[in-house]
Amino acid sequence: MNKPVFHRVLGSLVATAALIASLGTSAMAADDWKNPVLDTYPTSTVVTSGIDVTDNYVTVGQLHSITGTMAISETGSVEAERLAIQQINDMGGILGRKIKIVQEDGASDWPTFAEKAKKLLVKDKVASVFGCWTSASRKAVLPIFEKENGMLYYPTFYEGLEASKNVIYTGQEATQQIIWGLDWAYQQGCRTFFLIGSDYIWPRTSNKIARIHIERYLKGAKVVGEEYYPLGHTNFNSLINKVKLKKPDCIYSIVVGGSNVSWYKQLNAAGITGAALAKKGKLLLTISTTEDEILGIGGKNVEGFYACMKYFQSLPNENNQAFVSAFKKMWGEDSVIGDVTQAAYLGPWLWKFTVEKAGSFDIDTLAVASEGIEFAAAPEGYVRIAKNHHLWSRAKIGQMLADGQFKVIAESDDLIMPDPFPEGYK
Amino acid sequence: MNTLLNNKLTGNKDQTVSFLILAAVLFVFFPLIFDIFRLNMVAKYLSLSFAAVGLVLCWGYGGILSLGQGVFWGLGGYAMAAFLKLEAAANIAKEAGSDQIKALSTIGLPDFMDWNQITELPYIWYPFKSFPITMVMILVLPGIVAYIIGVAMFKRRVSGVYFAIITQALCWIMEILFVTRQGWTGGINGITDLRTCLGWDIRTDSAQYILYFLTVALVLGMIIVGKLILQSKLGRLLVATRDMENRVRFSGYDAADFKIFIFCLSGVISSIGGAMFALNVGFMSPKLVTIEPSIYMVIFCAFGGRLSLVGAVYGTLIVCFGRTFFSELFPESWMFLMGTTFVLITMVFPRGVAGIVEDYGPRLLALFRKRSAGAEDLRIVKQAGVS
Amino acid sequence: MSGTLFFLDIFKDYSSDELSSIFVMQGFSGISLFSVFLLMALGLAIIFGQMKVINMAHGEFLTAGAYTTVLLSDLVTKYIPAALPYYFFIAIMMAFFVAFILGYIVEKLIVSYLYERPLDTLLATWGVSMVMQQSFRLIFGAREDSATMPEWLMGSWSPTESISIPINGLFLLLMSILMTTIVLLLMYRSRWGLRVRATVQNREMSTAVGINSKKVDRWTFALGCGLAGIAGAAFTTIGSVSPSAGSLYIVDTFIVVVFGGAGSIIGTILSAFGIAQAQSILEFFLTGVLAKVFVLLAIVGILMIRPQGIVANKVRQ
Repeated sequence: MNKPVFHRVLGSLVATAALIASLGTSAMAADDWKNPVLDTYPTSTVVTSGIDVTDNYVTVGQLHSITGTMAISETGSVEAERLAIQQINDMGGILGRKIKIVQEDGASDWPTFAEKAKKLLVKDKVASVFGCWTSASRKAVLPIFEKENGMLYYPTFYEGLEASKNVIYTGQEATQQIIWGLDWAYQQGCRTFFLIGSDYIWPRTSNKIARIHIERYLKGAKVVGEEYYPLGHTNFNSLINKVKLKKPDCIYSIVVGGSNVSWYKQLNAAGITGAALAKKGKLLLTISTTEDEILGIGGKNVEGFYACMKYFQSLPNENNQAFVSAFKKMWGEDSVIGDVTQAAYLGPWLWKFTVEKAGSFDIDTLAVASEGIEFAAAPEGYVRIAKNHHLWSRAKIGQMLADGQFKVIAESDDLIMPDPFPEGYK
Repeated sequence: MNTLLNNKLTGNKDQTVSFLILAAVLFVFFPLIFDIFRLNMVAKYLSLSFAAVGLVLCWGYGGILSLGQGVFWGLGGYAMAAFLKLEAAANIAKEAGSDQIKALSTIGLPDFMDWNQITELPYIWYPFKSFPITMVMILVLPGIVAYIIGVAMFKRRVSGVYFAIITQALCWIMEILFVTRQGWTGGINGITDLRTCLGWDIRTDSAQYILYFLTVALVLGMIIVGKLILQSKLGRLLVATRDMENRVRFSGYDAADFKIFIFCLSGVISSIGGAMFALNVGFMSPKLVTIEPSIYMVIFCAFGGRLSLVGAVYGTLIVCFGRTFFSELFPESWMFLMGTTFVLITMVFPRGVAGIVEDYGPRLLALFRKRSAGAEDLRIVKQAGVS
Repeated sequence: MSGTLFFLDIFKDYSSDELSSIFVMQGFSGISLFSVFLLMALGLAIIFGQMKVINMAHGEFLTAGAYTTVLLSDLVTKYIPAALPYYFFIAIMMAFFVAFILGYIVEKLIVSYLYERPLDTLLATWGVSMVMQQSFRLIFGAREDSATMPEWLMGSWSPTESISIPINGLFLLLMSILMTTIVLLLMYRSRWGLRVRATVQNREMSTAVGINSKKVDRWTFALGCGLAGIAGAAFTTIGSVSPSAGSLYIVDTFIVVVFGGAGSIIGTILSAFGIAQAQSILEFFLTGVLAKVFVLLAIVGILMIRPQGIVANKVRQ
């Protein structure tokens, strides 16, 4: 579903104004707030390190790109985190303390991310940071979080190969998104796979895992092609010809960003549509296209393709419906919510549960206490933090519809274990 | 304009004063008012100013606009980062958490190589095992690249806009190479998590103080080198080549040689800045060697004044601080502000901040002196100033 | 990797019929990439090639054209859906005028003061491009947008069972041929073109014989921007548009123009064709990333040997 631009023109102006206004208001949410449970949780016991926790307030940081090329993707995460924080504040905060936000702009620039991360930890002494989106920005801030001992809640599905005491990964690492999805495609009868990706570490690592899984664990299946294109590439005709030549049962796509639009439009023009593939018993499966991207691509261009995610906006459960309507109420009826946006929403909640379980804001305590923290009412369904600071969660397959939403057609039976360093996939 | 140039070349008193003021600001003023966090930011910006100083030499005085300064800057940065990364990789067993170690199949190899299924150190990484060779590489690598480009272009008398565009294409190629050869360069993530240099932890406050002063000393050193060259006969020939290339050629000189020299020199200066950046910030990213940063470097130089070595440093600091603060204050409109500033600077103040200071400084100074003399004189000075 | 043509191995499993249709389609993908390059580069060939102005905001004029198309497509979808099959022609014209007018304003306010300092146009137009990008972001939002295409532009044309040629590619090809013809006619067969060429060769002389060189400059610049607008409108058929989309195209565009030999429109055509075919063929046999690297290295190599570009013009700086 492509919203008319002139609506979006108005919408974006209003949203911008709203965002700016909320930056001002949320910080001063309630300056006269008194902690009702101060006697139970005196400040001297809940915090022993130097982080900014007072009797009535606790300060957190939010570090995303508000400007630059990544702003498109990161806006959803900013909004979801703010929604969660506001809901937590409305419920009386954490250990009776209301949350104040210090917002910083990473400006789509990795050195800036590092600089701002340091500012949040050293100057503002925030109790935790919700932020980052790309792997590159996470890699840039990671050494700082480890050295200054901060806590980062990172929302994006990513390549794995990392597990830090100072990061909670609320998105899926590569195996969680890939293996079950490939098994599903195999059950649909796919035996030949063509792997396609944008050229950077996430698609490459993901395709590496996919290839090993296909060749080692799926009997009779094989990879007939593996191709990478530079980020921002807009001409896929040669690739499409190669795909036509190889006739794979499954086109496995990890194309990201602006390239997505060209990729799907050109597939369509070349006659490779969801319906045409289905007729031959074939399919296109992606792990990089969410509701957010489809907004730009146009639902008509992707109708009938499949995506493997852990969350779709159309999930029917009650918690999700409440989440979607709260999100729309806060950020506008036209908002769409993708997989990462939901994962970002989990961050503040998981932090709250961890702090309450530990009875402390101290980072070292939280790092240990995080294991086993559950969020039963998460929009995506039950999740739990594993020892490696990733989430146990269920994978789902959604079929893309012309209106830009997904029809959920399959869900993994069990929670999938997060395994950022997969042994059998080296 | 002519007298101004002559003054510059002979290195008059004003020049020395402005240099000393800059030295005082960097050495004394900033450390006094800033804590280590802000000082580290200044060091980061100063690392960028090396490129701007190089551009003053090759663009302001040599007339060669290089849009590929990021390439040289990046070569230095990546060379330094490669050395630091190898050292970090060797020490990782002692430092990182156990999970990370278990995941690495080859201990001692930089982590990103391991993620890209590289099991042996690529040959191009061998030189960076040694500190002295790395230092040499930082100086020689950009020199060689600049020399090859310079010979190919200047000997064929390509200059002006064509040269600019070709260097921009180089930048793009460098970006694509660095982003796509992930196993060798860390890809789009760059080379991150640099920890120690020869066993010295570069992440501590004390180390960052020392690195700041080292950066300042090097910047000032580069300015002095630049001044010496501009005051020499070579410098005059360079300006002559810029203004009347044919006459220089008719006088029996090979104009191309001067251009090649200054282009190489500016490349090497940029490269040193890149290396300092890797030390100050603790990582290196391909985002810093692409087209946009290269254009920003030109803008630093233009903002400060393309004929002023000292101005280049001020230009860098002002634009960088401006970018940081405006982007925090007005995230939506700071791009308008920056864009308009660039347009105005090129159109109205082509000599940048330095030009403004040179044109209006004396008048202000006169105003200031007269003020004590009395209001009557002030009015006269004002009238004189307007006319 | 024996001495034979090892890369042909990928064909060994296919029938000759399959192969020939793949080759036809692959040839066409090269041609459609050529059309893309040519459309992008035409406007710049005029501005940079003829006037020596480095217009870093060229990509933004392209984006302006694309947004005009998206806006119109949304209006038409909402109010007169019956006109959807035809709106695209009007969109192209509107894209031209929007970019033309923007170009005219930019020339009048900024570029006209900088003809003596061609390198400075780079800085000033970079500033202009920042301002334009941010305006797009404020007006249209940061997301990717795409226009609703008329049905006849979607899908593909199949002359045989196994060949399918994308219609939007054919459309781009037609557009680029049409635009090139118009530009060539304008430049070499009209009074106006004569004046432009005269001004380029000798400004003082042409002013002396009564050519209003200021007006010539202004119209030339605006025309170049207008062409970028048309390219932007045409590109909505194959891709999306976002506020910073222009920066994706700008370097490619400059490379095409410089490689062709600035100042020569024929050179631009040849260079667009060469680069597009090389890239498309390499993409087929190698991978997308390697293809790009090889093509760029080859271009730089050739430019080292022949800095004036493929078609040398006497004008050299």
